[in-house]
Amino acid sequence: MSFKRISLILTLVFVFSFIESAFAKPIEIHWWHAMRGSRGEVVQKIVDDFNKSQSDYKVIATYKGEYDEVLNAAIAAVRAGKQPHIIQVFEVGTQTMMMSGMVYPVYKLMDDYGYKIDWSRYLQPVLSYYVNEDNKLMSMPFNSSTPVMYYNVDMFKKAGIGRLSKEKPITWDELGEITEKIAKLGVKGGLVTAWQSWTQVENYSAIHDLPFATKANGYEGLDVQLTINNDKVVNHIARLKKWMDDGNRFFYGGQKYQGPKSEFIAQNAGVYIDSISAIAKLQSSVKDFEWDIAPLPVESWMAEPQNSIIGGASLWVFNGKKKNEYKGVAAFLKYLANTDVQILWHKETGYFPITLDAYEKLKSEGYYEKYPYQEVGIKQLTRRNPTKSSRGIRLGYFVQIRNIINEELELVWNGKKTAKEALDSAVERSNIKLSEFAKTYK
Amino acid sequence: MLRKRSYFKSKGLAYFLVLPQIIITATFFYWPAIRGIVSSFMRSDPFGLKSTFIWFDNYINLFKDPLYLKSIGITLMFSGSVALLSISCGLFLASMANRALRFTALTRTLLIWPYAVAPAISGILWLFLLHPSYGVVAIWLNRVFGLNWNPLLSSRDAMLMVVLASSWKNISYNFVFFLAGLQAIPKSLIEAAAMDGASPFRRFWSITFPLLSPTMFFVTVMTIIFSFFESFGVIHAVTQGGPGGSTNILVYKVYQDGFIGLNLGSSSAQSVVLMLLIVFITILQFKFVERKVQYTG
Repeated sequence: MSFKRISLILTLVFVFSFIESAFAKPIEIHWWHAMRGSRGEVVQKIVDDFNKSQSDYKVIATYKGEYDEVLNAAIAAVRAGKQPHIIQVFEVGTQTMMMSGMVYPVYKLMDDYGYKIDWSRYLQPVLSYYVNEDNKLMSMPFNSSTPVMYYNVDMFKKAGIGRLSKEKPITWDELGEITEKIAKLGVKGGLVTAWQSWTQVENYSAIHDLPFATKANGYEGLDVQLTINNDKVVNHIARLKKWMDDGNRFFYGGQKYQGPKSEFIAQNAGVYIDSISAIAKLQSSVKDFEWDIAPLPVESWMAEPQNSIIGGASLWVFNGKKKNEYKGVAAFLKYLANTDVQILWHKETGYFPITLDAYEKLKSEGYYEKYPYQEVGIKQLTRRNPTKSSRGIRLGYFVQIRNIINEELELVWNGKKTAKEALDSAVERSNIKLSEFAKTYK
Repeated sequence: MLRKRSYFKSKGLAYFLVLPQIIITATFFYWPAIRGIVSSFMRSDPFGLKSTFIWFDNYINLFKDPLYLKSIGITLMFSGSVALLSISCGLFLASMANRALRFTALTRTLLIWPYAVAPAISGILWLFLLHPSYGVVAIWLNRVFGLNWNPLLSSRDAMLMVVLASSWKNISYNFVFFLAGLQAIPKSLIEAAAMDGASPFRRFWSITFPLLSPTMFFVTVMTIIFSFFESFGVIHAVTQGGPGGSTNILVYKVYQDGFIGLNLGSSSAQSVVLMLLIVFITILQFKFVERKVQYTG
């Protein structure tokens, strides 16, 4: 080989390596999430904006299925040593993630990479769900919701009922009168509820300051037992069953949200209890009637109702990655909490803005005067400081426990069990799961 | 007389040639099965970082759980109904299609179609027909006949719905085999019987049915296995085991506890029990039913 040729090759190699370093590929950060449809589009928009805002990192967001499927995919990936950097986990998976030993806590990540964050400027009822025993934030809240009560304004008018307050909740007795009037209009039923365990047992307990489980709902240890077979919850479930038998004032539309939501949209029910994130769907698909939102009803004996508890998901960071990648993860998590990003997220999906800055900016812009129903959930969530019973629920095998509660409630609705029998059996069955979970981590 | 055309000098080459198949079977069938059996004796966290050997605790817990025993009953009832419905319909349609004179090819294709539909899709399809809130047929049933059809609440309606959805798919599969079986029966036998004055029913019962028994046996075994395992997609799409666990067949419970609930030990124990159960049923069928099968044609 001639000298000329060798030098040419060397030059080319040099030039290419220079180009390579000048156009160095940004560091890839993988985020697995469970947001599809319109929410998924908003997620993608946020990610694209982040990628455009800087050139060091590239976040790749992947839809991995529903919440439980994302968690499963992540567990399989961890077992294979190929975990993503960030994973979105639903609130019931919080205990599983905390105990996993695979997590890089968010407070530590932010400290390690020089982000001094004033956590007091975040919505506290949301943060407090995801903190450890030292009150340090383990995962970054992302999509947080809470259940509220939707109602059909036109149907209310027809039945001679006025609009409800957006701050002061009505009592269950008043709701009883309302559903009776609505049922008399000849519609299929008065009240329908989505996510019955979350809305009618978990949040009912929180709002009325009743413990859902021992040890501060599981925050203070693993040897926990369920306590939902108390008189008050039993009475509540028995009342719903009575409404069901007594003139269709309540009817069952399915465990999740599809059935109940379509019943409300089809005007088969006048009142509908579901997550505030149903706003997005109602805004786009309800054309033929006016709807509004009120806080969840409370019992007349509860003079000062507690806050409701959140649902939704948070973002967990896995350990075992490189330092420069974590720098990008920290930058991205910080970006997600930016005021404008949070405002976009809140407006497009109905989920809470997680920072007070975003909330206050929305207020000062007059957003809530235009869309007052968007504020009902935030007000309900922040109306009082969380107590041990209203801070949240942290249980192992919580997914299975919810399934058990759902099953037992269905047996109440179809008349196979009384409310008391069903809740007793739910407690008994759940306690077996809880003790199994505690044994796993002994 | 036939002579072996090829032979191997050493056994080595033969083993080498079947090796790929053995490797694939071992990796994708035996290895996971062994892992499943091992993890059924363990209590482990979802991420698999901590595992303790606990002997038979997972199994003991299962059989102490009244709902698990109920689930076995539900599974047997479900697969029995699916087998009965899909075999009788498949046989009926096949004997009709066997006699059809016009549009034979078209009729047959149309009847085979449903099998090509994925279980989950077929589940969704039946859901859109029978869901009490948005199911076309359900709303019509309620309006026209005043029937209170509600698979969300009524265990009976829910069971009926999943049996219908699973059978619908399986009818096509059975249809194909029955049709092939029917066409293999010599026409002359039937014609001879007809000349002797045997009624169509008599001809079917005394000639066709016995000659069809090998097919019948095969189809029964397959349908039962199908309804134990493949119906997962239908259950997942239609009832998700509800209401109150009344359609929670074993395979769905394995999925719920293992994949959704992340309780891997219990889920593994359940799949081992499921496997043993299906082995047991298949042995029973071979032992008692196969004796009545006539393979001579």
